[in-house]
Amino acid sequence: MQESRRDFFKAATVGMVGATVFGFDLKPAYAQLKELKIARAAETRSTCPYCAVGCGVLIYTIGDRAKNVTPQVIHVEGDPDHPTNRGTLCPKGSSLEQDMLNPRRLTKPQVRRPGATEWQDISWDDALNEIARWTKKTRDETFVEKDANGHTVNRCEGISFIGGCTDTNEFNYLVVKAMRGLGLVYLENQARV
Amino acid sequence: MSQAATELIRISGHAGTVPGAGLNREFQVCKLVDTTTCIGCKACEVACLEWNGYTFSETTFNNSYQTMPETAWNYWNLIKFNEHEREDGTLMLLMRKDQCMHCEDPGCLAACPAEAAIVQYANGIVDFQEANCIGCGYCMTGCPFNIPKFSPKARKVFKCTLCNDRVSVGLEPACIKACPTGCLHFGTKKEMKELAETRAEQLREHSGYREAGVYDPPGVGGTHVIYVLHDAKNPELYGGLPKNPQVPLMVRLWKHPLKWIGNFGIIFGVVGVFIHYLRYGPKVVEGDEDKGHGAKP
Repeated sequence: MQESRRDFFKAATVGMVGATVFGFDLKPAYAQLKELKIARAAETRSTCPYCAVGCGVLIYTIGDRAKNVTPQVIHVEGDPDHPTNRGTLCPKGSSLEQDMLNPRRLTKPQVRRPGATEWQDISWDDALNEIARWTKKTRDETFVEKDANGHTVNRCEGISFIGGCTDTNEFNYLVVKAMRGLGLVYLENQARV
Repeated sequence: MSQAATELIRISGHAGTVPGAGLNREFQVCKLVDTTTCIGCKACEVACLEWNGYTFSETTFNNSYQTMPETAWNYWNLIKFNEHEREDGTLMLLMRKDQCMHCEDPGCLAACPAEAAIVQYANGIVDFQEANCIGCGYCMTGCPFNIPKFSPKARKVFKCTLCNDRVSVGLEPACIKACPTGCLHFGTKKEMKELAETRAEQLREHSGYREAGVYDPPGVGGTHVIYVLHDAKNPELYGGLPKNPQVPLMVRLWKHPLKWIGNFGIIFGVVGVFIHYLRYGPKVVEGDEDKGHGAKP
């Protein structure tokens, strides 16, 4: 039988309506699990730099340490084999990835002049020179050789030093040596507050 | 298509068979949140954001430690704080980790009209498949815990996945791993239920919390996130945890009886029109023909 153009349209329309009504669909209606983003990433053991507890962390970087890969941190989580934290981390430790990735982290020294509201960039050389100059000036002005009773004290009351909780033992040792050498008595650490 | 297909036990908006229904012997996973040992440190919040790769949202301050008033489409895990004054005048700072409860009988899935936009795996995880989501927001109406949240940018709805990417390879969810006080536990539903009951009994007998108990609401068939509360009689104190959560009646009616009545109505309407046509033929208005002819002389 020769099919006319009209017959063809009729059949196509009926077929389409039928398919729609009876739910004909070639696509399988199945779920797709999200893939584990650290499945084959390189795993590196490290220690959380924040407080004195010293939790163990696992740092995951892309690639399998092959020569041609530039590693990039993709995830940080607690180290379950570490005796201190056994996999757990506090909120600061949990956000460690941001230590590497946050675009707002400072990567160069900045200075805010007296009375200024804005921070300006400064080179390392200028920064160190300026710190040295101000330290010398303040120390010369506020150095106390003898107290009211005439005892020799040799201390500098005009400067204090505050360390951070991310400082290492070695850094703290050097800081204490240097600061005591200047005669400082106010040595404090932010981790104590 | 992944292996996950055979692990499905419920599929939203799906007419027909479900690949994994009744086939799978996978154990049911469960999170246990012991609110009595939570210190509100929010490590779980941060770990959740970090694992799921969401940026840190703007926080709000409302005279409490709470990060924001409720969970958001890109903030799935929120500690809810409540300063509760007891009858004797003493204060209690109640903290509860709020996230998707992964109900055994999920209201979101019941309400969802899009095929396979919400699925339930054999291990109990209720998961949104954003690729299939049409952004209608019916799941938000169906959820008794106010968990699914709409993203205006993506025009889709998001919520906690119970880290199914981690759980499917045998790891624990990110929030559970981070918790430094050990108030979060993860395991099989059976084990967690036992652990929760043991802890509640301990609280009742040794810590003076006579009303301490386990929150595993039967109204939604039990959940895959259960709580140990100091006062199980008043779960509302813990940032508005509903006492007896139910899938809304309208969702139930509309997805079951009304849907079938509507379908029958449509089919019988079409059939009826056809039979009417066969029996009585096309409608003829009396006098029409006369007028028609009358116009022509």
